[in-house]
Amino acid sequence: MDIDALLPQFAAQLFELFAALALAPLLTGWVNQWRARLQGRTPPPLLLPYHTLMKLFGKEPLLAHNASSLFRVAPYLIFSCMALAAAIVPTLSSELLFAPAADAIALVGLFALARVFIALAGMDIGTAFGSLGARREMLIGFLAEPALLMVFFTASVISGSTSLATIVDTLAHREFHIYPSLAFAGVAFTMVSIAENGRVPVDNPATHLELTMIHEAMILEYSGRHLALIEWAASLKLFAYSCLGIALFFPFGIAQTLGPGALAIAVALMVGKLALGGFLLALIETLSAKMRVFRTPEFLGSAFLLAVLAVLVHLLLEGSR
Amino acid sequence: MNAWLSTLPGLPFAGQLINLCAAIMLLIAFAMLSQRRISSLIRLFALQGAVLCLSTAVVAQSTGQDHLWWSALITLLLKVLLLPWVLRRLVQRLSVKWDVETLINIPTTMLVGIGLVIVAFNVAQPISELAGTITRSTIGIALACVLLAFLMMITRSKAVPQVVGFMSMENGLFFAATSATYGMPMVIELGVALDVLVGMVVFGVFFFHIREKFDSLDIRHVEEKARHD
Repeated sequence: MDIDALLPQFAAQLFELFAALALAPLLTGWVNQWRARLQGRTPPPLLLPYHTLMKLFGKEPLLAHNASSLFRVAPYLIFSCMALAAAIVPTLSSELLFAPAADAIALVGLFALARVFIALAGMDIGTAFGSLGARREMLIGFLAEPALLMVFFTASVISGSTSLATIVDTLAHREFHIYPSLAFAGVAFTMVSIAENGRVPVDNPATHLELTMIHEAMILEYSGRHLALIEWAASLKLFAYSCLGIALFFPFGIAQTLGPGALAIAVALMVGKLALGGFLLALIETLSAKMRVFRTPEFLGSAFLLAVLAVLVHLLLEGSR
Repeated sequence: MNAWLSTLPGLPFAGQLINLCAAIMLLIAFAMLSQRRISSLIRLFALQGAVLCLSTAVVAQSTGQDHLWWSALITLLLKVLLLPWVLRRLVQRLSVKWDVETLINIPTTMLVGIGLVIVAFNVAQPISELAGTITRSTIGIALACVLLAFLMMITRSKAVPQVVGFMSMENGLFFAATSATYGMPMVIELGVALDVLVGMVVFGVFFFHIREKFDSLDIRHVEEKARHD
């Protein structure tokens, strides 16, 4: 491939990365706003997450006396993992420069890497809350990961490749076909992403109640720019998961070429789909009650079973005949 | 894998729709298996009936088998409207709300369910190769629905969920008949529908007798009584 062909791909990749970085807090703000509205509270401003980030970046980070270097490095690592994840997911176009570098399995690995570091950082200071949150996070993580992998395997079996770009190409740009297995995979993916992003039936992102918090418990010791990076990374994770869901289950409109026109349409469609997805997430969060931590294995176990069923159904209904 | 991809677009749209209905039936069967609350169980049963009705209608439309329209109509009236209504009234009159108690815990039940699905798929493979209908690949799913309903009847200790399991098993059988042979003859279908209705009435009477005798709807009391006699 010569340099002339690479340049537009590089530009599209950069554009997508920066779009993800810029839009991720907006999605979080949008979800929070709808949550408040559905619960009958006055909604916070849409741009509140940006103000929080700016405020936190301006503050001096405070470190505990016994904080190791890992504690200081972790926010940067987590942030770069999530930024890379957001760059790999084919959000706007399936012609991405990074796409051959990492497939769906590597993406799960990236999420796992970020999780390990946030859990280690949570335990680093040695407070009770930190290690409690870290243990709960690892419990959820080790149950959610196989389910997420099985969802990806379903899509991979359909398209014959684990590369996300190929999967999206197959699902979006071939002749229209109903895949019943994707219905199962979609339900499983929704359950996994709710658990992974610390949303209501599993964890509450707005709580500081010691009995229930998971994500918040790990990052209690962080302040200043470290906290800002972690909050931004959490928004990016939600953004990456939403884009993954859209790419796997509603991929229509993702650009196949790199022309400015196709990209503009893709951006408009993507913003619309994300807005709808954020609203649905807020709806799920409002309608369901937070469950006990010990019920989460059952929740994620069902997600895994549904994902396994998706593969089985694919082999039976859509398989060789 | 390429062979699959090349055969996929050949399937007509109606066939795809029926496959989707089959998948949703299986999904509902699993949801029923994992459900703890009795009112949701009845709602899921009604939903399963609705999906069954839809798939029967699609088969009728796409194959021109006129008697299937009647089957779809009977399904709609009986399994979507009448039986859930009767069940709801029964539950209200027996005042059982949180009545779903399982003998094995739910994750284990689900794991057993997955095993049953694999068995059903394997058993149905040779049958579906013999069948000549467009819906033949759904036979495995119909069989899986029957087995999952069986499992639900086995693992629930209370009477009402067991009856819902029985009804749901009939749904699975009906679906299997539609997908394997485009439905049974009308006389048999009417007979089965009547049987389910009569069964419901008998169960309703039984519920009250069980509760009167044992002060509970737990089937285990009945078993103990039988053992002592």
